[in-house]
Amino acid sequence: MAFLKVSNITKSFGATEVLKGIDFTLEKGEVLAIIGSSGSGKTTLLRCLNYLETPDTGSITVDGNTYFDAEENKTLSESEIRKRRLHFGLVFQSFNLFPQYTVLQNLTLAAKLLRQDELKKQYKSKAISKEEYKAKKSAIPNELNGIAYALLEKVGLTEKADFYPCQLSGGQQQRAAIARALALTPDILCFDEPTSALDPELTGEVLNVIRGLKSSDSTMIVVTHEMEFAANVADKIIFMANGVIEEFGTPDEVFDSPKSPLLQSFLGKNSFAG
Amino acid sequence: MELFLEVTLKLLQGFGTTCALFILTLIFALPLGLLISFGTMSKFKPLRTVMKVIVWIVRGIPLMLQVFIVYYVPGFIGITVLIKHRFLSATIAFVLNYACYFSEIFRAGIEAVPRGQTEAGLVLGMTKGQIFTRVTLQQVFKRIIPPMGNEIITLVKDTALARVISVMDIIMEAERFAASSGIIWPLFYTAVFYLIFVGALTLLFGYLEKKQSYYKI
Ligand SMILES: Nc1ncnc2c1ncn2[C@@H]1O[C@H](COP(=O)(O)OP(=O)(O)OP(=O)(O)O)[C@@H](O)[C@H]1O
Ligand SMILES: [Mg+2]
Repeated sequence: MAFLKVSNITKSFGATEVLKGIDFTLEKGEVLAIIGSSGSGKTTLLRCLNYLETPDTGSITVDGNTYFDAEENKTLSESEIRKRRLHFGLVFQSFNLFPQYTVLQNLTLAAKLLRQDELKKQYKSKAISKEEYKAKKSAIPNELNGIAYALLEKVGLTEKADFYPCQLSGGQQQRAAIARALALTPDILCFDEPTSALDPELTGEVLNVIRGLKSSDSTMIVVTHEMEFAANVADKIIFMANGVIEEFGTPDEVFDSPKSPLLQSFLGKNSFAG
Repeated sequence: MELFLEVTLKLLQGFGTTCALFILTLIFALPLGLLISFGTMSKFKPLRTVMKVIVWIVRGIPLMLQVFIVYYVPGFIGITVLIKHRFLSATIAFVLNYACYFSEIFRAGIEAVPRGQTEAGLVLGMTKGQIFTRVTLQQVFKRIIPPMGNEIITLVKDTALARVISVMDIIMEAERFAASSGIIWPLFYTAVFYLIFVGALTLLFGYLEKKQSYYKI
């Protein structure tokens, strides 16, 4: 059974059908690169995975648990959606760091709120005593800072922990955003053109960080225009065109012997050297 | 000299009324303005339309007229409490009027926060309430300091309108000197009080702006 199973996702905005039935599977530890021309629906697909858009039909299953089902979804509460979307993380093209917080605070804010909520629930249901509640609550910042520093080391930003986003370069901001997404330990981390907003000389450092995250238990989906990165890092490639998966395969299959004429012309335009 | 002291004390008394009207208006109009801004941005169209019409009416009618309306009109339908309380009437009119102006400042400030900020919060599992209080609000605050400062300084001077229903503000006190003893200079002396007050507010807003300047949006 595949780790991630996406079945028959469709999505329309008014009369425009943006996703016309997306099906694919992904194994744990794999990196999936999604390529395709502008407007083909790549961002919309990632947004569906992260509950930022609600698909019209289809289902999304992670590790055997169905987290999205178009039939059921209409009845879900906001807190249930919040719990489910945490299985996915999303790194945006435009970073979207919180400007008023330091890098460290950006990494810990959401996790802190989540833990405090959980703790409050335990306390209210009398699972823990008031003393336990207080002790655990005051331990949260230290724990989370420890996690955050480990992540900052992973993305090479230990020295910038107390900097504000406006004091960082674009590449550093994006690396901080990656660490922020990792802080919530998503099962599947999605990237939407993580280097498109960066100056060319800064894309390398971000792509290297993503490459460094590749491991047997981190599953990633990367929408990218960096063909070389896709060819070298991804295990699977999806080529999207006009809201459908036009071609799906390993980098070798997709780049060396593309079947679809659309993909052939797309690769031609992207002057990919291999 | 004795006269000067007497005038100063009397004017201070009136200025107390002016300040009270100012502060009460702020205390109530700021939160009310935020609520109205939510209304004008609501996804629920009937509510949005009603709130927009209210804002249009309140901003479209002179404040002086609104003071009269709040003071006299409830009496026509048997509510006599306001006609007996001039200061309360003035305060209600000011709160309604300024809440509508503030609501537009809040709306502009909230709508200026990029959608990506909310989406980033959502994918990190934050609730909409948490996103608003922890992420959006501070950025709104930073953005609206200059227009808010402007509006609040206008409020200082608008309080003078309350005397159309004989609320004893500082200018009314000064006018009484002119009427009773024919001395006119206290009227111009009131400007000093306003200038000092507005000067202090200007410093305060400058300070707030500086305090928020550690980050860029
Ligand atoms: N909220 C929306 N309302 C209406 N149309 C939308 C919306 N979001 C996306 N679309 C449309 O859906 C189509 C696919 O958009 P999407 O952003 O998913 O493409 P993309 O493959 O990510 O393109 P790019 O490479 O330019 O980022 C586009 O035609 C776009 O105009
Ligand atoms: Mg896109």
